[in-house]
Amino acid sequence: MSVDTIQSRRDWLLSERPASRMQARLGRAYVAWRRFSANRLAFLGLLIIIALLVVAALAGVLAPYSPTFGDLKNARLLAPSAEHWFGTDDLGRDILSRILYGSRWTLYVVILVAIIAAPIGLLVGTVAGYAGGWTDAILMRITDIFLAFPKLILALAFVAALGPGIENAVLAIAITSWPPYARIARAETLTVRNSDYIKAVQLMGASPFRIVLRHIMPLCISSLIIRVTLDMAGIILTAAGLGFLGLGAQPPLPEWGTMIASGRRFVLDQWWVAGAPGFAILIVSLGFNLLGDGLRDALDPRSGDQ
Amino acid sequence: MTSAISVDGLEVIFDRFRALKGVRLDVQPGESFGLVGESGSGKSTLLRAIAGLAPVASGSIAVNGKTLGARRDKAFYREVQMVFQDPYGSLHPRQTVDRLLQEPLAIHGFADGEKRIQRALDEVGLGNGFRFRYSHQLSGGQRQRVAIARALILEPSILLLDEPTSALDASVQAEVLNLLEEVRRRRKLTFLMVSHDLAIITHMCERLMVMQSGEAVENLAANDLVERRVSKDYTRNLLRASDGFVRTA
Repeated sequence: MSVDTIQSRRDWLLSERPASRMQARLGRAYVAWRRFSANRLAFLGLLIIIALLVVAALAGVLAPYSPTFGDLKNARLLAPSAEHWFGTDDLGRDILSRILYGSRWTLYVVILVAIIAAPIGLLVGTVAGYAGGWTDAILMRITDIFLAFPKLILALAFVAALGPGIENAVLAIAITSWPPYARIARAETLTVRNSDYIKAVQLMGASPFRIVLRHIMPLCISSLIIRVTLDMAGIILTAAGLGFLGLGAQPPLPEWGTMIASGRRFVLDQWWVAGAPGFAILIVSLGFNLLGDGLRDALDPRSGDQ
Repeated sequence: MTSAISVDGLEVIFDRFRALKGVRLDVQPGESFGLVGESGSGKSTLLRAIAGLAPVASGSIAVNGKTLGARRDKAFYREVQMVFQDPYGSLHPRQTVDRLLQEPLAIHGFADGEKRIQRALDEVGLGNGFRFRYSHQLSGGQRQRVAIARALILEPSILLLDEPTSALDASVQAEVLNLLEEVRRRRKLTFLMVSHDLAIITHMCERLMVMQSGEAVENLAANDLVERRVSKDYTRNLLRASDGFVRTA
């Protein structure tokens, strides 16, 4: 592609008078992307997350050994070497392979929690904020009840009630992580509900349902996306914490938190057994945090020029 | 003939504050009626009460002979539309002009949306180049034109105008006022217009009502105001204030 066509494409995207719905939308996305990619650290975060996605998709190809079967006779607790880059654990399993496969479970937890918790929080918050009165009071008191418990303790209680396992851990984390989203969405809704542009839509004869869904929710979504990405590191850590306590993923599932828990016994002599998954959690959490910070700068509704 | 808007004994109370104290108003069809008064006199509240945006405590409002209940139905919104004071606040920040104009059509189930949007934009003097812009890509005057197009797209017979030009600078004010005049003539609309600018009211309106702290002070014809045939002191003060600063040597 020549320089000229790139230049004309950019002009098309940044046009002050777009000729179609599509062009207007793409132009907006392009402006946000430019602002995002100008931030080096955010870009690094995005690269980490993309790497995580690739690793999760290709774990079967990349992993040199099986994640669940080890060589109990010859390969127990080997130090990192050319054959086993991150060493082996007490059952003779290759830790690198387990971490690669474990990325799938990490993604599984993070994505499911986000898909369950964010829409619940968004719905509760916008409805409470827009309706006001009794609806607001009831919905927000329920939110307060959930917020009153420490997150991990509440998740522990739920898992204890539902039974250990990764699905129940996901459910427990989702149940405990929606209240902050509801708070954000409500705060955002309160700032716009009395604005003239919402009054104008009321004057069109729009139903409250339509106003919340089509006019208020789109305004709340960007701050919510930012908050969810920032929370993802916390979700990974909570999942790891539950795994560590034996209430999350069950052996032999290669979940990172569970791996740390089983490596705890030899953390002084064979540090790599717990250290390697710990490092993986660190990197991925860092990636999500950097991405969230970058998104905050790129999507912030209060930065006017978009 | 039934009045376009008829208001009787209207009381509006915000928490404990009586914003309107038993106001009477009668606007004939096709008429352009002005509401004047200082800030806080209740003129905007009266407009919003008619539109259903203010808490009515008692009194009655009738539009085209039909008395309105606490809740407005869809038919009401096709008769009555409103243009807000601040064009920077009355357009959704994340919607294109196209989306803004489509919304009322979608709500009321019009089928020929494409044609109507085109026509509405032409009517307010915005060509096709503006259709897919976001509101931040428009100037104040252009935004107010979009707001007028949005109000007109449902083909109402009554337009409520809440200081439609006070946020605009003088040259743009004239453009928007001319546009409103033209639209009114072409569509035979009834205007109910709030302003604190007496010059605009005498230019745009045939009759007007002067308001002070939630009450009607007097009803006048626009000519009375021009020729200073006013009976109340408050109106006289208002007139003097609108003449501006006079140096007394």
